[in-house]
Amino acid sequence: MRHHLILRVITKLLVGMIMLFALYVQFHGDYSPGGGFQAGVIMAVAFILYGLVFSVGQVQQVFPPWLVHKLVALGVLIYAGTGVYSMLTGYAFLDYGALSPDHPEHGQHWGILLVEAGVGITVTAVMVSIHYAFVGRTPMISDEEW
Amino acid sequence: MDQFTLPFIIGHLNYWLFTLLMMTGLYIVVAKGNLVKKIVGLNMFQTSVFMLYISMGKVTGGTAPIFPIDMQIDPDVVYSNPLPHVLILTAIVVGIATTALGLALIVRIREEYHTIEEGLIQKIELEKATREIREFGEVMGGGE
Amino acid sequence: MVNAIAVVRTRSLFAVAMLSGAFSLLSALLFVTLDAVDVAFTEAAVGGGISTVLLLGTLALTTRFERHAEHSPFLPLFVVIVTGAAIIYGTLDMPNFGDPSAPVHQHVGPDYLARSPHEIGVPNVVTAILASYRGYDTMGETAVVFAAGIGVMVLLSGLRRRRRRDGSIEDREEDG
Repeated sequence: MRHHLILRVITKLLVGMIMLFALYVQFHGDYSPGGGFQAGVIMAVAFILYGLVFSVGQVQQVFPPWLVHKLVALGVLIYAGTGVYSMLTGYAFLDYGALSPDHPEHGQHWGILLVEAGVGITVTAVMVSIHYAFVGRTPMISDEEW
Repeated sequence: MDQFTLPFIIGHLNYWLFTLLMMTGLYIVVAKGNLVKKIVGLNMFQTSVFMLYISMGKVTGGTAPIFPIDMQIDPDVVYSNPLPHVLILTAIVVGIATTALGLALIVRIREEYHTIEEGLIQKIELEKATREIREFGEVMGGGE
Repeated sequence: MVNAIAVVRTRSLFAVAMLSGAFSLLSALLFVTLDAVDVAFTEAAVGGGISTVLLLGTLALTTRFERHAEHSPFLPLFVVIVTGAAIIYGTLDMPNFGDPSAPVHQHVGPDYLARSPHEIGVPNVVTAILASYRGYDTMGETAVVFAAGIGVMVLLSGLRRRRRRDGSIEDREEDG
């Protein structure tokens, strides 16, 4: 596995930048195009790229499957939890005014932030776990076959 | 037939192009036997529906529905309709999730039947069914 | 358009996967020109990135070439042409492209545009609608993504263990 030198070097450079970009898209989604869905996909792409160029085993050391599976559920729970919290404090389900009763507009900002975080986590985890599932079954392909 | 004026044709050309694209996708789904290709066809169909929605949200002279960052909104600026964008945005992500599910099914089918061609799968299924009827038909009360 | 027809004709599935990625990127460009920057962003990331990788992953697990079709293409072609004609007939009543007085722009869309600056205070209206006004929708979509992820996991990773246990029985059946 000591071939593809250029791919390996470039990947090492890119993965960090892709993750940084994903975080930017996630938290700057209120002001520019972007949001949880896009950020989740981009974040997942960083892991998938690393897994493709190096090996799945190496990615799974950093981002083990059990953690991915937990995160899949965690994202949905954050989303629904936001709704339940606002319901418990006497507002309608998913009414973000509950998060900052004195200043509803700030509550909206917090709500959007939380909900987008939930979406981002779920999408990242689902995409990465789908990729793990596919790659986990793939027999090793040698370069000559392609 | 006097409704077919030039502005009418230009105004509807987008719908017709997207329909053409949609039908290309549908043709792949119906006519091609390879399951992976069917999924690609479905994706194409899906994308052309997205284009149809987005093109409905477009307003002539409009711009992307993002306000200036200081929230000083100029009332003269026309924004395109943001609602179709929201619907399609989520639809794309759901679409890829369902595509992944379909591909996973194909992988399982391949492991079971060793082929991903629709015709061959049907043939194998038919053989299996006739063999089962021959073996168990009388017990089940049907016979041949 | 050319791209789409190429997908119909090509039998090498590897090329089909690449073409569908290119198709996604082209449609992302189209979305930018139609003012849907958020959508274009998503389409480029999802269609150009993830779905191509997934298609290639599937191809690695299956085969790379398509067989010749067994039946003639005329019946499907007929069905497709009839359907297309019906849809085009339906579009004749549609408003012109970019017409500001179209029914789409009369109801909730402008309402969101007018209300979100002082109710939500977020510059990107798409995000505001996505997460706040249509929060229920988005939660449902997240749940769908969640369910699809679980489905793929069950289909691809879960069954292997059971398989190994059943292996001996299947082998015996094939011998007999």
